[in-house]
Amino acid sequence: MGAQDLFEAADFGRPLERQRGSTDHTNALLRGRRVAITGGTAGLGLAMVRELLSRGARVALVARRRNRVERVARELAGAHGIVGDVSRKDDIHPIALQILGALGGVDVLVNNASALGPQRLELLADTECEDFEHALATNVLGPFRLTKALLGSLAASAREGRGGIVLNVSSDAAVTPYPRWGAYAASKAALHHMTRIWSEELRAEGIELVSLDPGDMDTDLHRQALPDSNPASLKRPEAAACELSDAIEASLSRSGAARATAMEAELR
Amino acid sequence: MRAASHPARHSRHAKLLVVRPDRRIEHWRRSSLPDLLEPGDLVVANDAATLPASLSGTHLPSGRTVEVRLAGRRCLDPADVNEFAAVVFGEGDFRMRTEDRREPPPLNCGDRLALGPLTARVERLLQQRLIWLRFDGLPTEIWEGIARHGRPIQYAHVPLPLALWDIWTALAGPPVAFEPPSAGFALSWGVLATLAERGVRVATLTHAAGISSTGDLSLDARLPLAEAYRIPDTTAQAIRDARKRKGRIVAIGTTVVRALEHAGSLDREVVAGERLATQIMGAGSRLRVVDALLSGTHQKGSSHHELLRAFVDDRTLDRMDLELERRGYLTHEFGDSILVDRCRLSEQIVQPVRDRRPIHDLAMRRSERIFEDGRQRVGPQHLPAVGSRTHSPH
Repeated sequence: MGAQDLFEAADFGRPLERQRGSTDHTNALLRGRRVAITGGTAGLGLAMVRELLSRGARVALVARRRNRVERVARELAGAHGIVGDVSRKDDIHPIALQILGALGGVDVLVNNASALGPQRLELLADTECEDFEHALATNVLGPFRLTKALLGSLAASAREGRGGIVLNVSSDAAVTPYPRWGAYAASKAALHHMTRIWSEELRAEGIELVSLDPGDMDTDLHRQALPDSNPASLKRPEAAACELSDAIEASLSRSGAARATAMEAELR
Repeated sequence: MRAASHPARHSRHAKLLVVRPDRRIEHWRRSSLPDLLEPGDLVVANDAATLPASLSGTHLPSGRTVEVRLAGRRCLDPADVNEFAAVVFGEGDFRMRTEDRREPPPLNCGDRLALGPLTARVERLLQQRLIWLRFDGLPTEIWEGIARHGRPIQYAHVPLPLALWDIWTALAGPPVAFEPPSAGFALSWGVLATLAERGVRVATLTHAAGISSTGDLSLDARLPLAEAYRIPDTTAQAIRDARKRKGRIVAIGTTVVRALEHAGSLDREVVAGERLATQIMGAGSRLRVVDALLSGTHQKGSSHHELLRAFVDDRTLDRMDLELERRGYLTHEFGDSILVDRCRLSEQIVQPVRDRRPIHDLAMRRSERIFEDGRQRVGPQHLPAVGSRTHSPH
C-alpha cells in the first residue's frame, strides 16, 4: 500500500481503523527507531510521545513553551525535549540540529504542530491576512522546512532499512470546505497536497510521506475552534495516537525496516 | 583563482573541470555530472551536517572577547559532546582575514570561558591557539547551546553572515562537521534523481570534516586534524557490489577519500564501523578504494590540493591549475568543482615524492599528539570499531 492508499484509507472524517491495540504490538517495529514529533507537549502530540515511547521508540519532541517541554521531558523518561517554534524560519535548523544531535539521526518525522490561524473560527472574508499567514507558516511552511532540513537523514535511514517516514497530521477540513475553517483548512489542504507530491518525488529514495486525519479529538485546538462542543462526543487523543503509531508501524514494515530489525535481533 | 563570495550551493552556472584517466582535461557544467558517470558507478558522499561551530564569548580570567571555533572531536557519539578540540581567536570576526585576526589572550589550563548560554573550561593547551575544551552541562544542554548560540565558521571571502541552511548539503544528516563537506553542494535532489535514473548508485558515510584554516601557519601545516568517521554496513556493501560490477568508486569530497582510504588502508576491503581518520594524504598515498574524486577547486599548497597528488601526477596538476586560472573558475566552498579520475598507475609519471612512508605513519603521529589524552590512541594498524556493534574487524 503506498502513501496515497494510506491517505485514502484514512478517508478524512472517519476515524482510522485501529489495527492493533497499544499493548499487542508484538512486532516491535518501533523499538529503537528515532522519532521526532512537533507539537509534542499537548493533545495528540503528547499522546503520541507517550505511545511511541511505550513501543520502544527514541523520541525527540518539539514545542514552543520551555516550561511545558521541560515538564514533559522530565516526566517521560527517554523523551528529548527541544524548544522551538516551527512557524519561525530561524528556528528550523536549530530544531533540526538538536533532533539530529540528540538522536544521532531520524527515522520517522511526525509534523503534528498545528495552528488554527485566527484565535477563533472566522469567515474567510473576516480573517486577517496575518492570521492566515500564521496558519500557513505553522501548518505548511514549518513542515516543509523541517522535512527539508531532515531529508538527508531520512534518506540515510531509508537506505539503511531503518525507516525514512514522514507523517503529516492532516484534517478532514483539508478536503471538505467547512465554512469558517478557511485559514486552517486551506493550509491543511496545502500540506496534504505537498505530502502527495513529495511522496511521488522521493519514492526512489525510499522515503515514504503520508498525510493522515486523526479525526475530531478532544484537544486544545479543537476547544479553541469549537469551545461549546461536548468532549464526550470527541475522540480521545490517546486513541488517535495509537492508530497513527500503528500506521507508522505499517509503513515501517513496508520500508524494509522490519528486515533491519530482524537482522539486528539476529545479531543480538 | 577568485573566491566565490555568495553562498550559491546549487548554482546552475557552476563549472566542472574534468581530468580523465588519460590526463585529458575537459570543461563541463557541474549540472552535467550524471553524464560523466556510468551505470554501475557508485557515488559516495559525506552526509555530515555542519555545526554552527563558531562560538563568541568571553575569556573570564582576562575579561577579553574571544571567538572559539570548535575543530575536532574524538568520536561521533551524540552523547559525547562535552569535549572538543577548538581554535581560539581574539577580538574580531570572520570579516577579518583569519591570518590577520588578533591573538587570543594568554590561555592556561583551567581557564573558564563564557560562550553565550554555554560555559567551558580549558582542559589542555595543544598548540598555540589550539586547545582542548570541556563544556559544562548535559549533552542536551550543550546541543541546545550550540544550536542557539553558534554561528557557522566562515571566512572573509564571504562578506555576509551565513545561516545554517547555506552550509548544509542536501544529504546533511548527523551534525558532526565543523565546516561543510562542500563538494556535496553539487548533489541537489535533482542531480541525485538523475543519477538514479542512469543506474548510478549513491551511498553515504559520515565524516566530521574539520576546519580548513586556523590563521596560524604552523598549525595550518598540521591540518587536517584527526577526524572521526562512520561507514554504514550498507555503504560497505555497496562498495563491494560496485567493485564486482567493475564500477568506479566516486568520492564526493576529500573527506570521503580520507575516510574510505583509512578504512581500506590495511586491506582493499572497506570495513564498516566508526573510527578516527588520522592520515594526511599526498603524492605518496596509494589509493586502494577511490577511483575518482569530485571536489572543489583548491589553491596549491593547501591540504586539499596535496590530496589531489594521490590521484594525478604533478605535471597534470599544474596544467589543471593553469586551466582553472585561465578559465576563471571560482574557488572555496561555494566555488566551482573538479572531477579527477585516478590516473592509471602504468601511465603514472614518476614525480619526486615527498613522503613515501605509509599514508598513516607521519600524519598519525601528528594527529595523535593533538588528540592524545590517554583515552584513545588509534590508527589503521589496529582499527578499533568505536561504537560499532556489528563489526570488530581484527
